[in-house]
Amino acid sequence: MMGTLPGDSLGMTGMVLLAAINWHSLLFYLFATAACACAVAVVLTDNVVRMAFYLVLSLGATAGIFFLAGADFVGAMQLMIYVGGTLVLLVFGVMLTAQSPFVSIRTPSSDKVLGGIVGAALLMVLLLAAFSVDSWRRPAMGLVVAPSATPLGMALLGVRVDDDPTATPAAASIRSGYLLPFEIVSVHLLVVLVGAAYLARAKRRRIPRGIETAGADAATTGGRS
Amino acid sequence: MNPTAPLCAAGFFASGVLSDPVSVTHYLVVGAILFTSGVVCMAVKRNALGILMGIELVLNGANVNFIAFGSPYLRGEGSASIGLDGEAIALFVILLAAAEAAVALAITLNFYNNHSTVDIDQADDLQG
Repeated sequence: MMGTLPGDSLGMTGMVLLAAINWHSLLFYLFATAACACAVAVVLTDNVVRMAFYLVLSLGATAGIFFLAGADFVGAMQLMIYVGGTLVLLVFGVMLTAQSPFVSIRTPSSDKVLGGIVGAALLMVLLLAAFSVDSWRRPAMGLVVAPSATPLGMALLGVRVDDDPTATPAAASIRSGYLLPFEIVSVHLLVVLVGAAYLARAKRRRIPRGIETAGADAATTGGRS
Repeated sequence: MNPTAPLCAAGFFASGVLSDPVSVTHYLVVGAILFTSGVVCMAVKRNALGILMGIELVLNGANVNFIAFGSPYLRGEGSASIGLDGEAIALFVILLAAAEAAVALAITLNFYNNHSTVDIDQADDLQG
């Protein structure tokens, strides 16, 4: 059978393979590879414009990871605030300061080697910690609840509608929402944006009056003579 | 040679890696790589905007961990989860990162206006 109809056999094997693939895992590996590769590319390139571009790709792929983890609202906020807001801000900064000597400022290679050693050590520690706990390595049970942004939105308003099966009634009565942090963060954001607008305003250079007139006199006399 | 050999190899790979559901550890590895990239970026870049991008990467790596621990999809058998707290903290981190980027960018532009450079090695005025 296999010798006479290789195409059919190939198709059958392909079908079996497609059935065996967990598409959630495949998409996760796709987005995770994109996020990690672009993050490493941010470190490796010297050109600040390319760094901004790779950072956009990395944060966008991370939003895909958030969607795959069931955090739909956070993924959407990541795309809107991070990719749509913060990085546009950064790209504006790059455009305002990208004079030709500053587009790529080279780092001394000794610093690069030191940074690589420190980074490798840190990565080793973090990976050891990630693999150390047994219950973290257990494969997920899959979809437990239907995805919805309602519990998060209600919790930001101070009301918890998500049920925690492990909580005792006494503990459940004191679970609070996030209304106070939400208000603090909103006021903080307002203050910070006003402060940023104040810091980055266009300043008119103040020249003391005596110096200004002296300079003007010198300029006029210099022009005449 | 059997024409299905590469497919069989791919099938072995698929049955070994791709057919397993992901766990919290997968997310932690991604978060660790993002965090380390951010730390190295902050350490070796001389452009002030490059350091800002490193900070964004660090915050993003921490966010991946929060989402992983709070995800209802990744909750394994018998493992604890921080539930909704993870998503809420991730949202707050995103908001605070936006605020931090705005202020840091304003400071960088101010520095550029005063010194005509964004090289942070030139920012040594406070040494007197």
